Amino acid sequence: MTQSTLINRRHMLAGSLVIGAGTIAAPRMAFAAAPGERNVLFAMLRGAADGMAMLAPVGDPNFAKLRGTHLGEYENARKADGFFAIHPAFESIGAAYGAGEAAFVHATATSYRERSHFDGQNLLETGATAPYATTEGWLNRLTALIASEHGSGMPKALAIAPTVPLALRGPAPSSSYAPSNLPEASEAFIDRVSRLYGADKQLGELWSQALSTREMAGDDTLRNLRDAKAAGELAASLMREKNGARIAMIDLGGWDSHANQPGQFRRQAGQLDTLLGAYKAAMGTAWDNTLVMVVTEFGRTAALNGTNGTDHGTASAAIVTGGTVKGGQVIADWPGLGESQLYQARDLKPTISLESVLAGAVAGHMKIDAKRSMDHLFPGRETNPLTGLIRA
Amino acid sequence: MSAASIGLNRFGYGALYGSSHTKQAELGPQEYLRKQISQYNPSPALIASRPKTGGKAGAIISAIRDARRKRRNAGDENTEGDPREDYRETVRQSAQVFRSDVALRLKTAVQSETPMAERLVHFWANHFAISVRKPGTQLEAGELEFSAIRPHIFGKFSDMLKAASLHPAMLLYLDQFQSVGPNSPFLQRRRRRNNGRDQGLNENLAREIFELHTLGVDGGYSQTDVTQFAHALTGWTIPGIARIDQFAQQQSGGASFVTMAHEPGARQIMGRTYKEGGAEQALAILDDLASHPSTARFIATKLARHFAGDTPPSVLVDRLAADFQTTNGDLASLTRTLIASPEVWVDQPVKYRQPFEWLVSSFRMTGVTNLSDRRIFNVLRELGQVPWQPPSPAGYDDIEGSWAGPDALFRRVELAERIARNVPSDDVMVRAQAAFPGALSDNTRTWLSRAESGEQALGLLLVAPEMMRR
Repeated sequence: MTQSTLINRRHMLAGSLVIGAGTIAAPRMAFAAAPGERNVLFAMLRGAADGMAMLAPVGDPNFAKLRGTHLGEYENARKADGFFAIHPAFESIGAAYGAGEAAFVHATATSYRERSHFDGQNLLETGATAPYATTEGWLNRLTALIASEHGSGMPKALAIAPTVPLALRGPAPSSSYAPSNLPEASEAFIDRVSRLYGADKQLGELWSQALSTREMAGDDTLRNLRDAKAAGELAASLMREKNGARIAMIDLGGWDSHANQPGQFRRQAGQLDTLLGAYKAAMGTAWDNTLVMVVTEFGRTAALNGTNGTDHGTASAAIVTGGTVKGGQVIADWPGLGESQLYQARDLKPTISLESVLAGAVAGHMKIDAKRSMDHLFPGRETNPLTGLIRA
Repeated sequence: MSAASIGLNRFGYGALYGSSHTKQAELGPQEYLRKQISQYNPSPALIASRPKTGGKAGAIISAIRDARRKRRNAGDENTEGDPREDYRETVRQSAQVFRSDVALRLKTAVQSETPMAERLVHFWANHFAISVRKPGTQLEAGELEFSAIRPHIFGKFSDMLKAASLHPAMLLYLDQFQSVGPNSPFLQRRRRRNNGRDQGLNENLAREIFELHTLGVDGGYSQTDVTQFAHALTGWTIPGIARIDQFAQQQSGGASFVTMAHEPGARQIMGRTYKEGGAEQALAILDDLASHPSTARFIATKLARHFAGDTPPSVLVDRLAADFQTTNGDLASLTRTLIASPEVWVDQPVKYRQPFEWLVSSFRMTGVTNLSDRRIFNVLRELGQVPWQPPSPAGYDDIEGSWAGPDALFRRVELAERIARNVPSDDVMVRAQAAFPGALSDNTRTWLSRAESGEQALGLLLVAPEMMRR
């Protein structure tokens, strides 16, 4: 049974709302590009981004009761069908939605059901069923899986950060790169360091990865990653060339909005939107072969707390965008916002497994068997990978 | 690694060049470390002479709220905008205080005669992590470490817990300063005047005290406990907040308590009842949390991880937890037990050095002292570890994977060449032997001796495998 039919069954049983029903029967077409030219960018919003602010369920009568003072944010917002409104700071993401290149998944969460950021991020990044069960990341396994499925070499994997985040760590090689304004080391010194590290396995590997990534980056004039537009362009410059990275990850922190959420969320969402907009523009034609997945460790409380913010919750939303994405749809099995419909009478209830979203999207995009994608990347789960996110 | 090198580098921040540390560590590494417990000065001259900067955050936040309210009343639609522009000067001064405190922290460690104690200060400060983000926090960040951590590293854990978790910097960072009891007199009065925009509870600090400061995530608390604890914490705030400050009672650590904002009533937390008691209610809960077996285990695990490797031997964790439990959190005893544990004296390096400790060790080795505050701050930012600015309330990670990145390594190499260019680079081999007594590898020795110049040799020493791991 596929996820889509599961949603439809729930729809009939529970009378809940289904959006983006066209996910089942899409015509099969050959891929325009070989899988070897496909790109995956994984953006992780750390701190539990509020899915109900990203994509507000304005059509749910309880939304106004829970978030009445925030309704003004969505007055002139772009509507995703009649039920959801896209946060107005998502200008380019909203435009991509309109152009059929961005989709949302709502009321989604990993299998993690507690409320610690750190455990939640650990589970999402490792892909294990419990926090700290393994030290390998699911993106690292994806690198190996792509190679074995297509009988090719390992695709280049890169963190756009000084160090490698957990999702990319593991036996498959990965590198990291971030701009800095330190003085460049001289060629002579670099050469000596290479010799010094020749006998040291760990430092030797880190060093050779750093050198090859530097070469890929060329002479970027960027000094740090805080300029969202420049960061998006940098990510694109590292991925769009034939010898560039095929799999990349970028972190965006600052989503833990316990107090005065609207201003904070607007700033963070604006940064994310600018980054993705700049990335898309700078990818050029490579965008046609690109999948971008934007996810967070868990969502936030449905109701506002006492300081005009929200506390740690459960389900959130995810954004999937790119040239291969079947956009213009919201995939949701909307659980409702009535007190009895909330998870523990407090949080948006998860109805779609976030792991199935990630496994399903990369499987469709990289032309990997969906079942094997789920089994390798997120082992030990009962759910099937979500289909219908990628244009067949 | 030799025992002397372990004493200097795994426990401390490396030998101070030209000092007697190497000799002391060679003569008796455990004695060298134990002596530091009594020699440690919680308030060395650099810190003692620092002008106090705390207590102003409340006024700054109130000024921001005022500016916001004025804009709203003036009909400006952009009411959520950043009115910080209205007092650019205050912001500029706060940033300067922050940079200067960061530099002060680094210099204190670089000059320290008790480097193991300095490492412990930084360990505990990271345990009680805050991150400057909200206006005003920059003035309180250094204060937290200097006044709530430093005096307690060889004292009682419960004292450190109360001082740090309820320090103004923490109350700001984890939103406690604006959490108000839903049934407090303050809120009931306010509800009548306020048109719908409710104020009330914020459970952020309560959850993080359970999860990050005491019990650990699996320590046995529930969502109900979090909410109950959040209720007990209401009333704890920072001084200087307009309209409530007139009701505030000054607390010893710099915080304020406002009875009118406190949720009345008794609390039930993990099976214990805490009777109504104003500010004392939260303190009583913190005392119980400090002596909970889950806390002993959680602290023991973190300490063991810092000194015996990312996955510390369980026998060491058990021993430290037992010590913590039987001494009711006596941190001097815990440190002595750590020093006496064979598991922390294993030959192979067990930790990858974090950027801050790499920089401190590099400066201790080369004698860099005269960098400006701004330069020190910028270098730490480029290396990826500005103190009091971790990405989350969990503090900076203490595992290798979070630091051993290709790009991060490249940055150290870039900086090493720059440092070596600006300090005396004679006697590099002597320095290397003093820094890693009996522990310098043949490989490093070979490449140092083949370097084109003293300067290049010193640069290589700063990034040698011995400098990267401890």
